[in-house]
Amino acid sequence: MAAIINAPQSGSAERAERLARAWRLWVTAGPGLVWIVLFLVLPSLVLLAIGFFSIGDYGNPHLPLTLTPIREVAGYSILGWSPANITTIARSLLQAISAAGLTILLAYPVVFFIIAQPAALRPLLLLFVILPSWTNQVVRTYAWMELLGPGSTLSHLAQTLGLLPSHLGLMPGILAMQIGLTYNYLPYMVVPLYAAAEKLDWSLVEAGRDLYASGSRLFWSAVFPQTIPGLLSGIILVAIPAFGDYVVPTLLGGGKSMMIGALIAAQFLQTPNWPYGAALTIFMLIFTGAGLWVFRVMSKRLGSAEGSML
Amino acid sequence: MRSSPDGASRGEIALDAISRVFGGGVIAVDQIDLNIRAGEFFTLLGPSGCGKTTLLRMIAGFETPDAGRIVISGREMQNVPAHLRAVNTVFQSYALFPHLSVAENIEFGLRMRRIASPDRKKRVDQIMALLQIDAFARRNPAQLSGGQRQRVALARALVNEPDVVLLDEPLSALDAKLRAELQVELMRMQKRLGMTFVFVTHDQHEALVMSDRMAVMERGRLLQVGPVLDVYEQPRSVFVAEFLGQSNIWKFASHTGNVAQTPIGDLVVATPIGTQRTAMIRPEKIWLYPEAEAPGDRPNLFPGTVREAIYQGAATHYHVELVGGAMILALDTNNQAAERSWGPGEKLVLELKPGNIMLIDG
Repeated sequence: MAAIINAPQSGSAERAERLARAWRLWVTAGPGLVWIVLFLVLPSLVLLAIGFFSIGDYGNPHLPLTLTPIREVAGYSILGWSPANITTIARSLLQAISAAGLTILLAYPVVFFIIAQPAALRPLLLLFVILPSWTNQVVRTYAWMELLGPGSTLSHLAQTLGLLPSHLGLMPGILAMQIGLTYNYLPYMVVPLYAAAEKLDWSLVEAGRDLYASGSRLFWSAVFPQTIPGLLSGIILVAIPAFGDYVVPTLLGGGKSMMIGALIAAQFLQTPNWPYGAALTIFMLIFTGAGLWVFRVMSKRLGSAEGSML
Repeated sequence: MRSSPDGASRGEIALDAISRVFGGGVIAVDQIDLNIRAGEFFTLLGPSGCGKTTLLRMIAGFETPDAGRIVISGREMQNVPAHLRAVNTVFQSYALFPHLSVAENIEFGLRMRRIASPDRKKRVDQIMALLQIDAFARRNPAQLSGGQRQRVALARALVNEPDVVLLDEPLSALDAKLRAELQVELMRMQKRLGMTFVFVTHDQHEALVMSDRMAVMERGRLLQVGPVLDVYEQPRSVFVAEFLGQSNIWKFASHTGNVAQTPIGDLVVATPIGTQRTAMIRPEKIWLYPEAEAPGDRPNLFPGTVREAIYQGAATHYHVELVGGAMILALDTNNQAAERSWGPGEKLVLELKPGNIMLIDG
């Protein structure tokens, strides 16, 4: 008798519980989910679709559907195959990698300088590193134009040393672009590295000294491995935005060193070709996605997945 | 015994008026003189904050003494950094490198000293077999239990065949059974390899079980140094008597010959009383009798009532209230617990044999 009465009751309680759980899920995750779908997933899908359209009279997408934009990304046009795109992608990649490399070289001394200071002083020093990135990137890049342009002190110095023809400046060019990228993304390397270095287990450093390690061998064996999670996060935070950066290459790079970000922008702003621009964007998304995946595998293999931001 | 050029034995440690003062004027180590003999198992025992770990860290080279000399194996250590000392440490937290496997961790010191690879491998394999950790040579430290990590940390130190092995409370994170096992194993290793072991602990039981000689430390000073048996049986201060084992301690103001007038009554001791003003007896040295069986013709017999009986398996602790109201702690081994035991409220007679009473200065 009791069982007969109880069964439907427990069923409805279960249903209420399930409803409550669904309600909680939607209230907490819902707004974010809606935002992501509306402003990330849908536009990406639209972009993906545009990549398969023909080009209209004003560079706008037009029927019929075609694979021409995709072929254009690979370098094929009505004029035949050209390596220009591959060069641009390779140059962007190289710039991103060397920006990451340079920020690593600069960030390690900075980070270890900061953690060597009294604990009360560290947040302030870290703030000095982060503070510039709160101002507009365009403004900061313009400042570099002044510093590196023709007629600047640095350019004069380079000319005097015979490194530069007399009528040119250090800007525009590859060097200026590299300086701009490194400068812009340095905080994004310093912060995750600092997070890793602050948690450093110093007893491991003592163990290293106890076991006959000193100097650089002590650093590489006992300190560096502990910073790898922060390092991987930093590389991702620097390399991915640097790969697609638009402001720095446009302002400091000049016409001869096209980067993929500027190439995409040109398809929407200068010589309108939306389908081609869309196809380039999709390519970039896939490319960086693949890069992220490689890093994820790497950090898992290094056993540091839980510490990094992946 | 292995000897060094100037005649001092390899593994011998001499501390000469060593001091260490931390910022804020805290004196961690206060002018300590200590000689640790080659090949002995020496324990530094003391409560936390007594300076024992600081002393150990100065021998290792992680801290620099503010005054005094450290000589290891006949060599002055003043300007010798940690990585050049023939000393290896087993850290309290083990400090195993998480990115290296067990075998790589053990190999680390040999690699840093640029020992040739075949030799390295041989020595690592030997020490892993000796400590029975060869089964998980390829694992990462994170995959090991506490006891296994402890063995790896020990192997990592021993494989270098140092003159001295320093152990900083290496067993404190382990459960009681595992700890007892590793205590025995550490002692066996030390005797077998003949290295000097300097062991730091706050656990008096551990110190008693493992050491050849020990030093009891308090507030940066050495209170007593000697063979374990001497320190336990003949504590020279109230602190040592109380810290090492359990004790009943009474101060007395007056005495006549070898009879002290203590708060529990007149206490006959074995030797004439000099300047000492404290009497001490260990709980296990007190004899217990049922009221009817008490020997009537002997000194230092105290009738009392059991207030608390704490059964501990092998032995029982009795908190006994004497006739005058004073409390005394006595221990009885349970070799005949069925026939002879007392519950709260039951009466018994305690005998404090004069030879079992120690006199302490101060």
